[in-house]
Amino acid sequence: MSMAVTPKTTSTSSRVLRYIGFVAMPLIVIVWSLIDLSLGRELVEWIPYLASGFSMNILITICAVTLGTTAGVTLGLMQLAPFWFVRLPAQIYVQIFRNAPALVLIFATTYIFPFEIVLFGNYLPFPDWVKAVIGLAILSSAYIAEITRGAVLSIPTTQWEATKGLGFSRLQALRYVILPQCVRRSLPPWMNVASSMAMGTSLASLVGVHELMHAATDASTAVRRLDFTIIAYVVVMAAFFTLCYPIARLTRRLEQRFNAG
Amino acid sequence: MTASTATETGAAIVKLEDVHLSFGQTEVLKGIDLTINKGDAVSIIGPSGSGKSTILRCINALVTPQSGKITVAGTRVDQLTKESERIQLRKRVGIVFQQYNLFPHLTVLDNIVLAPTKILGADRTATVKLARELLEKVRLSEKADAYPGQLSGGQQQRVAIARALAMKPELVLFDEVTSALDPETVGEVLWVIRDLIRDGMTSILVTHEMRFAEEISDTVVFTENGRIVDHGSPQQIFHTTDNPRIRQFVGGLSGGGRGAVRDGEGI
Ligand SMILES: Nc1ncnc2c1ncn2[C@@H]1O[C@H](COP(=O)(O)OP(=O)(O)OP(=O)(O)O)[C@@H](O)[C@H]1O
Ligand SMILES: [Mg+2]
Repeated sequence: MSMAVTPKTTSTSSRVLRYIGFVAMPLIVIVWSLIDLSLGRELVEWIPYLASGFSMNILITICAVTLGTTAGVTLGLMQLAPFWFVRLPAQIYVQIFRNAPALVLIFATTYIFPFEIVLFGNYLPFPDWVKAVIGLAILSSAYIAEITRGAVLSIPTTQWEATKGLGFSRLQALRYVILPQCVRRSLPPWMNVASSMAMGTSLASLVGVHELMHAATDASTAVRRLDFTIIAYVVVMAAFFTLCYPIARLTRRLEQRFNAG
Repeated sequence: MTASTATETGAAIVKLEDVHLSFGQTEVLKGIDLTINKGDAVSIIGPSGSGKSTILRCINALVTPQSGKITVAGTRVDQLTKESERIQLRKRVGIVFQQYNLFPHLTVLDNIVLAPTKILGADRTATVKLARELLEKVRLSEKADAYPGQLSGGQQQRVAIARALAMKPELVLFDEVTSALDPETVGEVLWVIRDLIRDGMTSILVTHEMRFAEEISDTVVFTENGRIVDHGSPQQIFHTTDNPRIRQFVGGLSGGGRGAVRDGEGI
């Protein structure tokens, strides 16, 4: 996926980023709105609409990452299974979807799935945002499967040997000894995937999901002012920043916690 | 418990009869016969690649021989077909490796508590108590909350021994447990093993520590090329044997400077 976030930010560059995201961009918006009060009024009017769009980005991100992580860890472990009929399907899935562009997956899920499903005679709506979640979850699960597989393989075989000597089964060894050690190793790449997914939610606007990009486009079409359009997209950028920033913070916190060991 | 009477008094806990094992084309064990009685300490010595580790791995079913009989604590190990049966056996046979292989993400205490609670389903409170007793035994009480990365090699190896003992094994296998250690920490690990043997734990040690083997063993076994060339009391193997290969091997190892260092450790 083209929008992968740079993996590690040094402390200085992250400080600069934080400065841009939390100080510079809001400052531009506020100062500009105060200088030209008519612009400010338009913005205040449209903020709730933009916010409702943004809540959709948050929802899609959380759902896609949760789903993708669960499926991805499972697929990653399946790829390492001793039985080919478990291993092979997972390998095929990962190889296909790892290299699929996010936009293609979102288009595919949007047009392949019906707009409603019939369940016991009831018509249940199948909204577009759920399809976007599935599209992004498929992509992130393929990435996370590879991350998981790599992490498990990076644990020295002597750890397996130690568990075997103590009477652990393969699954017990995975659960109590191998996977806990994988968590720390996988956190930085996992953060990249999660951030990519957060960015990727903007693609859902292209299939008609009412999210932030979509809302900003609506707003700028309605207002028809160049300065408003610019300021609206500055708001969008700041919003995406605040979406990715907590992911990075959380990852760093977890990393520190595990590093204590 | 002396070498001469041990074979008569104890009941056999490990018995290998004509065990043959190959990895692919290479024949590693070429007919091993070995009987070890309950409460005995047996040292296996011999040149590198002679099959010492493989013998240990046969005993706790980490590898399965092509032919021969292996009986461990009443179980015919060679006849175990399911992995679950081998796992049952491994719970009863402790093994300590050259590379201590502690779990780096867990504290010393949790390293010891993990297997008994998760694998045997033992009560956690009781296991923690046992773990603390074992830590006292290996003289590491104050390190209970440390992580393996904060310990020296000798300390980690002692934790690994405590971890194996927490499973309350019927016998313990030691595979060159001091070979990866700095000379100054070898002594503290040997102390712990000596205590264990004095307490009557059946122990099988693969070791290059000739003085130690001579001191603590009831029986010493010399392997070469996948065969047991000779076995007997330490006195026989180290001093009165006629076999020129053993004389050469024993002389070459025990005469070195490493033995002198360990004298200072109170062996
Ligand atoms: N899993 C394996 N696959 C193939 N060959 C093996 C395997 N394990 C051991 N061998 C071979 O079997 C022979 C005996 O190995 P083993 O580890 O039992 O020797 P050892 O006496 O313990 O030697 P050392 O003192 O070096 O530990 C060696 O030649 C070794 O290369
Ligand atoms: Mg060996």
